[in-house]
Amino acid sequence: MSRRPYVREIPKFRWFFRQPRYLRYMARELSCLFIGAYALMMVWGSKQLADGPATWGAFLERLHSPSSIAFHVLALGFALYHTITWFNLTPKALPVQVGGEFVPDGVIVGAHYVGWGLLSLAVLYFAGAF
Amino acid sequence: MSERVVELEVLRYNPETDSEPHFQRYSVSCEEEWVVLDALNKIKETIDPTLSYRWSCHMAVCGSCGMMVNGEPKLACKAFLRTFDGVIRVEPLAHFPIERDLVTVIDDFVMKLKRVKPYLIPKQDKPVSEGEYLQTPAELKKYKQYTLCINCMLCYAACPEYGLIPNYIGPAAIALAHRYNQDSRDGGRDERQEEIAATEGVWDCSFVGACSEVCPEHVDPAGAIQQVKIKSMVDWYKEHLMPWVKK
Amino acid sequence: MARSNKPIVWGPFAAGGTLTAFLTPALILLTLLAALGHAPDLLAYERLHAVASHWLAKLVIVGIVFLSLWSAAHRLRITLYDLGMRADALVATVVYLIAVAGTLAAIVYLLRI
Repeated sequence: MSRRPYVREIPKFRWFFRQPRYLRYMARELSCLFIGAYALMMVWGSKQLADGPATWGAFLERLHSPSSIAFHVLALGFALYHTITWFNLTPKALPVQVGGEFVPDGVIVGAHYVGWGLLSLAVLYFAGAF
Repeated sequence: MSERVVELEVLRYNPETDSEPHFQRYSVSCEEEWVVLDALNKIKETIDPTLSYRWSCHMAVCGSCGMMVNGEPKLACKAFLRTFDGVIRVEPLAHFPIERDLVTVIDDFVMKLKRVKPYLIPKQDKPVSEGEYLQTPAELKKYKQYTLCINCMLCYAACPEYGLIPNYIGPAAIALAHRYNQDSRDGGRDERQEEIAATEGVWDCSFVGACSEVCPEHVDPAGAIQQVKIKSMVDWYKEHLMPWVKK
Repeated sequence: MARSNKPIVWGPFAAGGTLTAFLTPALILLTLLAALGHAPDLLAYERLHAVASHWLAKLVIVGIVFLSLWSAAHRLRITLYDLGMRADALVATVVYLIAVAGTLAAIVYLLRI
């Protein structure tokens, strides 16, 4: 009897196609591209704002382009996916024990959604969106 | 009781004759309520006595019969045949070397488990005459779920980061370290931090969450790992930004 | 085994992940409305300039920009490793530098307002 363990190679790049949950994970991680790009757009916007009314007007004008609209729609989708996944995982990272019992995950997640809804409404109201 | 013929495709590897593993197809008649392990036992008893695999309790307690069933890490004793359609593909647990057929080499996990000191390290020893170490129900709740771990290694087979970074200590070992850290009778956290707060400890985890999804005992290793990350972060900031706060 | 210094980079990642989860969808919605021709009042030059002139608003914007960029950078670093790029030290240096440079640029621009 001789031992000769066989090591299976793991594809360095394509591994996340092996299971749907790995694809969902990758989608969650790739949300960073859109959140990062949006933050860079904020940096660019603050330059345009500092440069005066004309450049700010041009910045707003450029938002109307089809590619800008496409970016916004995609970014909103990924940002929402980030929000949902982040909230759903929060009770695992920050469990709350009251008395002897742990607060059910659903309560912690629900509280996050309520806070998120209120904050989003406050932002939209402050911005005069409605 | 109704019987049906089940097709299984089992990954075979004989270290003495094979240069690499290959699938072998078996047709075996099974009872409707059988699990994959029953089908494997029937194959071994009636078709092919050379088939090798580990099992012991047949009731999801011993943690021996972990294997990939249709690409998903499962206990063969808990994987009901009726939940699968068509050919059932059975492979050894992913991310572990294959010793023979469905038997894997688990030394890596065992060594890592040892490193995190998964046992009580009392703050100070006291003689038996002073009585037990007492604990309230609330203190027990803090770590109870982690005691359900049966070391079956499904979480290691599910974790892509363990596959990519073999040095990563991994889900079960960290969850068990956390189990003892959370225990009010324990004083060993500082020693365990040397392992689990290292780069190869919790910091190789990217919170895929697969470990918790596949755990047959509903332990939540992913949660334990994030909690250790947060505590280690607090430790780090205390130590480096507030050196006057001494433990 | 030595304890890792990863908490330095992970702390702002966790904070930024939380902040962007709460805030980024609403922010994107604001400029999406503008892109669709229904610009909210806040994005009018006079109003936004007046708001951004206050030091507290500048601080808030810089905070949002830094935490968003940093958490995105950290996640990108992990993702690139997951995608097979093994030069982690180089990747980390580049992505964190971009996050810091973006934040510094935002500070410079905002101070001009």
